[in-house]
Amino acid sequence: MQQSTGETRKQNEKRRQYQQMAMKMRPKPPVLINSFKAFVVGGLISVLGQAIQNIYIRFFDFSKEHAGNPTVATLIFISVLLTGLGVYDKIGQFAGAGSAVPVTGFANSIASAAIEHRSEGLVLGVGGNMFKLAGSVIVFGVVAAFIIALIKTLIKMV
Amino acid sequence: MKTQLGRSTWEFSKVRILSSAVAVGPLEGQGPLANDFDIIHEDLYIGQDTWEKAERKLFEEALDLSIKKAGLTKDQINLMIAGDLLNQIISASFTATYSQIPYLGVYGACSTSMEALALSAALIEGDFADYIVSGCSSHNSTAEKQYRYPTEYGGQKPPYAQWTVTGSGVAIVGKGLVGPRVKYATIGKIVDMGLKDPFDMGSAMAPAAVDTIVQHFKDTGRNPEDYDLIVTGDLASVGYPIAKKLLLEQGYDMSTVYNDCGLMIYSPNQEVFAGGSGCASSAVVTYGHIMKKLNQKEFNKVLVVATGALLSPISYQQGESIPCIAHAVAIENEED
Repeated sequence: MQQSTGETRKQNEKRRQYQQMAMKMRPKPPVLINSFKAFVVGGLISVLGQAIQNIYIRFFDFSKEHAGNPTVATLIFISVLLTGLGVYDKIGQFAGAGSAVPVTGFANSIASAAIEHRSEGLVLGVGGNMFKLAGSVIVFGVVAAFIIALIKTLIKMV
Repeated sequence: MKTQLGRSTWEFSKVRILSSAVAVGPLEGQGPLANDFDIIHEDLYIGQDTWEKAERKLFEEALDLSIKKAGLTKDQINLMIAGDLLNQIISASFTATYSQIPYLGVYGACSTSMEALALSAALIEGDFADYIVSGCSSHNSTAEKQYRYPTEYGGQKPPYAQWTVTGSGVAIVGKGLVGPRVKYATIGKIVDMGLKDPFDMGSAMAPAAVDTIVQHFKDTGRNPEDYDLIVTGDLASVGYPIAKKLLLEQGYDMSTVYNDCGLMIYSPNQEVFAGGSGCASSAVVTYGHIMKKLNQKEFNKVLVVATGALLSPISYQQGESIPCIAHAVAIENEED
């Protein structure tokens, strides 16, 4: 027993050393450049959204409060179209969080899963898998919103 | 004659690779080995309506062509030993439905190519069969779908990720008068160094490759210089230098003979991150490129070490580390 714990310790030490060496030898993601790309692309998507919103206000007589919904719908439409055309994944590889965080990224996660699982049928394939990636965004979004709302209510009560 | 050497090497005296054939997808067809591949498809769907059918089509084409090249018919083949990366190895099994050859399915992740070849050689050596068809397949999109994210999902991959090779490589193994001999097979054991990042297969698999290569040298008494080429299956640009370094630490200088199929199949300007992976990586390079060079006597002794990461999406989501394995097969021309 004594000996086997010694063996395990030696083995763990060997593993730890190897992991350190491997970490050193593998290329690091270029975090600074990636952050910059994400900043620019994320910003551009937001600028696009703002432009669309202005168009809805200016040419379609939407009020500022009501122009948000058609704007989001338009962005989602563009994102789904680009996903279907096989372009959005390339933007995603370039921009990282820049194209993943805006609503267009959320739409891409749903559309890409729907396309991918179309071959398994509409109900079990598309229906069952569409929210495979987006599901956790919705779950934790709702939970976070609930907690924030709860805190707000409690603060108001005091 | 004793056919077992050392701890885990098998020696064969009458097994040959009678023929081999390779079918690949578009990206592989644009790579530096394009001239060594028999069938190159421009379309990733290979004219099918699902990725899974596309992978199967590649497998069927490689199988048919290899049998044709050997001058045999399907009913002369006694056994098919094959595998792939998909759940329940459907590509291999559905190809066996098509081929109607008695079938044994094997799974060794990306080490499947040499696992199948080693088993085929052993069964030929033991006189259990005259001809065995041995092969495997992988497809970039089926692998992405099963192991990672939908193909059109815009997630960012790290530079050490790898690109699953789309293709299938098949060999006809048997007794005969022509073709390079299968001389040794060294069966690897699982090596798990505790790495957990499913994108970083190179670092995870390198120690398994080293373990098998060292065991092979110990069992056979050979050295790196005895080979014209030693290739690992899919360590790519991350695992390859690590394996080289570890082997040097153990006293084996591989610098002149060592390469990696995952690095050979694509050119550096193709956007494949660290390089190729998947069971087709070692299969198409071995059964396309290396077999051609062996037949032209440009190489005479080659050791192929196919490396496999035996993880599943469930195992890594549960926080388990990646168990890895490597199997080595020595393929060589007869000395005059």
